[in-house]
Amino acid sequence: MSSVMLEVRNLVVAFGAFHAIDDLDLTLHEHEVRFVIGPNGAGKTTLIDSITNLVRPTSGSIRFAGEELIGKSEHAIVRTGIGRTFQKPSVFDELTVLENVDIAASFRLRFRSLLKRRRGISDEVAESLDSVNLTAQRDEPAGSLSHGQKQWLEVAMVLVQRPRLLLLDEPVAGMTEKERLHTGELITQIAQQGTTVLVIEHDMDFVRRFAHKVTVMHEGKILTEGTVADVQQDETVREVYLGRPRDARGAAEALA
Amino acid sequence: MDVIFNQLFVGLSIASILLLVALGLTFTFGQMNVINMAHGEFIMAGAYTTYVLQTAFGTGLLTLSFGLALPAAFLVAGTLGLILEFLVIRRLYGRPLDTLLVTWGVGLMLQQLARDIFGAQNVSVSAPGVLNGGMEIAGVSLSYSRLFIIAIVALVVVVIASYMKRTPAGRRMRAVMQNRSLASVSGVRTRRVDRTTFFIGSGLAGVAGVGISLLGAVGPTIGLNYIIDAFLVVIVGGLGQLRGAILAAIALGMANSFIEYGTTASVAKAGVFLLIVLFLQWRPQGLVVQARRGLAS
Repeated sequence: MSSVMLEVRNLVVAFGAFHAIDDLDLTLHEHEVRFVIGPNGAGKTTLIDSITNLVRPTSGSIRFAGEELIGKSEHAIVRTGIGRTFQKPSVFDELTVLENVDIAASFRLRFRSLLKRRRGISDEVAESLDSVNLTAQRDEPAGSLSHGQKQWLEVAMVLVQRPRLLLLDEPVAGMTEKERLHTGELITQIAQQGTTVLVIEHDMDFVRRFAHKVTVMHEGKILTEGTVADVQQDETVREVYLGRPRDARGAAEALA
Repeated sequence: MDVIFNQLFVGLSIASILLLVALGLTFTFGQMNVINMAHGEFIMAGAYTTYVLQTAFGTGLLTLSFGLALPAAFLVAGTLGLILEFLVIRRLYGRPLDTLLVTWGVGLMLQQLARDIFGAQNVSVSAPGVLNGGMEIAGVSLSYSRLFIIAIVALVVVVIASYMKRTPAGRRMRAVMQNRSLASVSGVRTRRVDRTTFFIGSGLAGVAGVGISLLGAVGPTIGLNYIIDAFLVVIVGGLGQLRGAILAAIALGMANSFIEYGTTASVAKAGVFLLIVLFLQWRPQGLVVQARRGLAS
């Protein structure tokens, strides 16, 4: 087994009396691609939010490569090598595609150089735009991109920072079949290059195709972990999905 | 024909002053949704900075002291803004009404501070020799000090626009305004961007103060004459929109100038307010619209 990358221990995130994350433990190893599934409200996005400090955990510990993340500011966490995307495609609509990536790419810039105009684009920026097929659109405002392209742009913005841990929140939601395939291949490729990836996904078809190990979350806890086949046969997983009528579609897909 | 030219110049002149006092607000109010009522007192601080430099250098070096006043007033007002942001405003982000009341109080304190330092009497700033007099074009006399204010505004607009569009720092400012969470997880130090934005916005109020000191006496309450107009320009223009603020200032200036011709200044003021009310009924979001962080969020 390769070394531990992310170690979440006894994590609790409480919003008043409601515990969005309730005493959760999670361990990710280097090069791993982990899929996290679970019904709506299971706390999947809150988990990512607390790793990137958009939500302040109530108690517990999150260690990344041995370093405690809780208490660090968002930009400090980015500098330790963690990148994320959002569930709703989040790009800077009024800026061009290139400017979007450039902002992400300049996260290590010193304050003084922020006042200098820079010409041309760096290799990393060009490379990350290329990896998501957005080179041709680089001077267009990001707001004019299609839904799927916006999600790719978000991925490009994260990739350009060369993160060691990548957190993707429903990366293929609203994508066409072709786009999904490309995204799945991209995720696999990113992992092969040495990045640990955590993917939250609802699309079971996508999970089956690209996941090795799946974690199922329910009501802020880890329900079970295992291969796609293990998880699909798990009784408690069936209960969780079938016990909630509004997730009937998810259940049907999960059990298919 | 002369009348039209004359009113056009008067309108442009009013517009330049409106824009000058409003430019800082396009940052603090427009970009950050902070209703800073002490903005008027930052203008006052800029005007007094001009006075202080003039007193220090003596009347022999008016041009030099005036030239120095522009950057000095920017720094003085900007620093006041930084202090205000650090002590008060950063605790009140997302609470516009609380900010309004608190900064109003801060404004009153600054007025009293100015009274204590400079006395309750107004002081006067003399324009440098080069700005005395004017020129006549097509029968219209254009005073140099008015032209100078127009030139300052044009210069400031160009500098701001290129800062926002061309520099990585300006892009970050726009990025934080558009999506704070995304900016922060992209590695932008959002707190530092907030401080920088507030510094620039407040500093611009200081620059406005230098321009305004040319127009009349400088007193502790000079900011009150401009603060409402400044907010109106930003609101009519569309929050956070430099282009909108420019258009709004020109429209309001021209409306003022042409209504005033043949009536009185009071009628013009009332008329412009009425037009603004009607306009905002029709287009509450202002002239130029952009997706942004909501005021209420």
